Amino acid sequence: MNQNITVGRLNLKNPVLLASGTVGYGNEIAEFLDLNKIGGIVTKSISLKPRAGNPPPRIVETASGMLNAIGLANVGLEKFITEKLPYLEQYDTAVICNIAASTVEEYVICTEQLAHQKRIDAFEINVSCPNVKEGGLVIGNNLEKVIEVTEKVRKATTKPLFIKLSPNVPNIADFAKGAVDAGADAVSAVNTFVGAAIDLRTRKPKLHNVTGGLSGPAIKPLAVAKVLEISRKHPEIDIIGIGGISNWKDAVEFILAGAKAVQIGTVNFVEPAAGIEIADGIREYFKNE
Amino acid sequence: MFLADAIVNKVFEVKPGIHKIVINFPGLPLKSEPGQFVNVRVSETHYPLLRRPFSICDSEKDTISLLFNLMGEGTRMLAHLKEGDKINLLGPLGNGFRINNSVKKHIFVAGGMGVAPFPFLKRKLDGKISTFLGGRSSKEIIELGLPNTEIATDDGSLGFKGNVIELMESRLSPDDLNAAVIYGCGPTAMLRALKKFSIKNDAVCQVSTECAMACGFGICQGCPTESTEGGYKLVCKDGPVFDVREIVL
Repeated sequence: MNQNITVGRLNLKNPVLLASGTVGYGNEIAEFLDLNKIGGIVTKSISLKPRAGNPPPRIVETASGMLNAIGLANVGLEKFITEKLPYLEQYDTAVICNIAASTVEEYVICTEQLAHQKRIDAFEINVSCPNVKEGGLVIGNNLEKVIEVTEKVRKATTKPLFIKLSPNVPNIADFAKGAVDAGADAVSAVNTFVGAAIDLRTRKPKLHNVTGGLSGPAIKPLAVAKVLEISRKHPEIDIIGIGGISNWKDAVEFILAGAKAVQIGTVNFVEPAAGIEIADGIREYFKNE
Repeated sequence: MFLADAIVNKVFEVKPGIHKIVINFPGLPLKSEPGQFVNVRVSETHYPLLRRPFSICDSEKDTISLLFNLMGEGTRMLAHLKEGDKINLLGPLGNGFRINNSVKKHIFVAGGMGVAPFPFLKRKLDGKISTFLGGRSSKEIIELGLPNTEIATDDGSLGFKGNVIELMESRLSPDDLNAAVIYGCGPTAMLRALKKFSIKNDAVCQVSTECAMACGFGICQGCPTESTEGGYKLVCKDGPVFDVREIVL
């Protein structure tokens, strides 16, 4: 069966995307999984200048999940264009460039400078990283700021534009509507939930950053609820569902909740070839439709 | 690199709380180098979720062995595996010890569980090996039959009373260190002292480091270690073995 779908004006050969921050720039995971067989990859967040990221510890495992506070470590826009993007030329898969920034202006400049790159098929704007002092949730948890970023970035590119929403808000449907009305083609829902873990021996937070983003199977029901919240209130909005998907059944739940496509993240760390099995499982489930 | 199920050959207790698992995995030993690690899926369910990284302790023919102590649910599950059980491995991962065949003097320095990579390294080296093992007490000393072993314990319950670096200082002459390579693995405090020792004695030293990580192959960016050139290196991909002068300890 043909699995081609369109989400937010972006055509995908199947609805499975590999989530930002869980596949680097594609080269490492390509050792385990044929990138031609998945819908697309969302790059590690790119910022205008390289970012070293947060000091360790950056990762803590929790019950059926993990907290991360990487701090948007990335090679920066210039190196991304010259060293990372060309690698993806060889694959027939969608490339969605995720952009992170500290200010509204930086989001715009970054998008402008990448807009003409042929290998980039769409942009995903990360306004919801919980692990940085500037940008991140300061923008993502503020509806007016999300609208402002979307409006301005919209003017910087004609390519499909997705806004990656924070789940750490009481009214995510309003954020989805605000983003789409401001020009976004779809929303990615959701980014990680803010969490923390305390070390009983040192009596201090386990993460250097104190809090981190919770991901993995533990958040799946929370994320499905957020997708439902958006899809019930605004069925016209294209949603890319994300949060704790670790097998095809989880992915189908998101689609039944109203998502057109899904992103898989934490599972890539544990089973780097999971994307293909998940795409196959979705196809099998919907084969008669 | 392999990502596949392997078969458990045996699991046994080396000493109270310390276990060794021998895994049958044709192909993997030939592709592995001392100091590299494998990332082990300990559960088929979501708990524990992440793979557990273990240094390859030894390797011969079609098997590799891993050394572990009981830390939590994941290692308890590993300790309960039986002969014939399946176990999913990802590896070999990372950069191992760089072996220079012209070097004829080798010095192993291990703190507690840090002894893990040395039996495999021993197999690949020519020349004289001296081994220094350290721990807080005799309970932390894991002897794996390494050559010319000397032991230091903080409480003096076994061997030299003091730390392993003090033991080295008391035993090694400038002549012993000349043209030798030091290989270290153990707690950060020990590696820090070893770095100081290596710089003071102008000795070549490689250290194997560890850090909590999610993936083991560079995509999660979860295991940074500070580089002396600024910024971070990743323990999983740039390491786990580093020249001791490359990283801030």
